[in-house]
Amino acid sequence: MPVIIETEENTVIAHLSGEIDHHSAKELRSDIDLAIDRHRPEKLVLDFDGVTFMDSSGIGLVMGRYKAVKLCGGCVIIENTGSQIKKVMRLAGLDRLAVIK
Amino acid sequence: MKILSEVKITFSAESRNESFARSAVSAFAVRLDPSVSEIGEIKTAVSEAVTNCIVHAYRGASAKGKIELVLRENENHILYIKIKDRGCGIDDVKKAMEPLYTSHPEEERAGLGFAVMESFMDKVTVRSVPQKGTAVIMTRKILSDRSGTDT
Repeated sequence: MPVIIETEENTVIAHLSGEIDHHSAKELRSDIDLAIDRHRPEKLVLDFDGVTFMDSSGIGLVMGRYKAVKLCGGCVIIENTGSQIKKVMRLAGLDRLAVIK
Repeated sequence: MKILSEVKITFSAESRNESFARSAVSAFAVRLDPSVSEIGEIKTAVSEAVTNCIVHAYRGASAKGKIELVLRENENHILYIKIKDRGCGIDDVKKAMEPLYTSHPEEERAGLGFAVMESFMDKVTVRSVPQKGTAVIMTRKILSDRSGTDT
């Protein structure tokens, strides 16, 4: 399972794992979108703790989810990113859209 | 530039080979004794270049295209990587390399592939001929000095 979804009150937490590239992003996207549609969260937490690699496909994934959550007035929080992932996110300026912890 | 060793791999342009290409590059690069952070950045650059071939070069092609990966250890601890396709080519390379430019915004592509390659590698050269294909050549000097934080 590349993503485990947890929900509590107005929050959806997506625990991502494995390698995020163009190949794996498709499945992650549809699983997270399903949870957003169902719960309309005020807060979407993307937990990268189990992610061992991410290229710019992960940026597309985060930006797309940011747009979806923003439509229902919510925000995105990114947690537990390693140094390689942080570098890619910083390059994309994701820190302007989401809180990166 | 003297070539100390070389590997050439050809694989089909399908998305599950993106992780294969990354693993092949890390397996080769180990001989240059890179740090964890260097290998992470090199894998990311390779992933971007290979994804471009799959997403753009062979878009709409009837037969499954091929991607050629050439890896070299050059003298002075230089890792050389060439990723080549025989796909549609790029009409305007300069534009394609602009950060945030994507020819397919509807697909959640961030348009950052070349920006990632350029920031993680020392040098990135793109040669492209429309209808013939594209070659991306990247080099990175692997620093032998480990006085930094990596162990």
